[in-house]
Amino acid sequence: MRSVRLFLWGLVILFAAVFALFALQLSRPKDDLVRSALIGKPVPEFALKPAVGTHPGLSTADLRDGQPKLLNVFASWCVPCAAEAPQLAALEQQGADIVAIAIRDRPEDVSAFLDRYGDPFSRIGADDVSKVQLALGSSGVPETFVVDGQGIIRYQHIGELHDKDVAILLEQLREAGA
Amino acid sequence: MRLIAFLALLLAVPLAAQDSLPPAPYAYQQLADPQQEAQAQALMQTLRCLTCQSQSIVDSDAPMAGDMRHEVRTRIAAGEQPEAIRAWLVERYGDYISYAPQVSAATWPLFAIPVLLLLLAGLIVWRRLGKRA
Repeated sequence: MRSVRLFLWGLVILFAAVFALFALQLSRPKDDLVRSALIGKPVPEFALKPAVGTHPGLSTADLRDGQPKLLNVFASWCVPCAAEAPQLAALEQQGADIVAIAIRDRPEDVSAFLDRYGDPFSRIGADDVSKVQLALGSSGVPETFVVDGQGIIRYQHIGELHDKDVAILLEQLREAGA
Repeated sequence: MRLIAFLALLLAVPLAAQDSLPPAPYAYQQLADPQQEAQAQALMQTLRCLTCQSQSIVDSDAPMAGDMRHEVRTRIAAGEQPEAIRAWLVERYGDYISYAPQVSAATWPLFAIPVLLLLLAGLIVWRRLGKRA
């Protein structure tokens, strides 16, 4: 009789524990971002052809030239990429060197995108089959990486940049040695 | 008229998902060697699409899933082992990219709990049967 009662109490406690776990997990905000596992590691080896005639392409060597950089992964067909143009312009104005990778894009589309939304980029490489994007552990567009002068990835921002992110990225660049 | 509107709605795709290039060569094309294609299929069924995170890259028509199929098929065609390709992706995206769970510090309870429950059930059954005999 005693053991049955103990067993029932055990069940109640087990139920309460499961309920508490559900309550805890359900009250957490949703987070479905897939972050790159390469933070703190070197940028993978790549060499991309220019995405547009007006800018040079982008290779790993360019990211190891001693100068910390922002690496923006974008596409002309991506609406949030257009939305973050003011933030990228502000970053460039405050001294950030921004290089870019254009995903699955045509030169004329990239050119029209830069004409329309502004051009904060010093280099733009063309990644036609998302090969470098996969090598970087980037899960979509837009994304912005902070890469230090030795080509080590220091920080990843997923999604479009908002005003508050400008200061964060500048701080990350400063920490990376800018 | 309603039917036409409904069909048009089915064909509509969000603006943000329209990229300007045709799919990568091996996004929708199988490898010539059936054995290699079978290897690629088996791997692709257990890789997560990053755009549509509840689908595998075989199920998804997202451009990035197409590019991932292209990456997997070209690597298989070049003679790479499927598990090496999976490891390469996990190195970049973490365990989440793979639908085939590995035993690790975070996942061992997934494998241990069923074994413990089976042992417990066995113990209970054994004690009851033992009592009756």
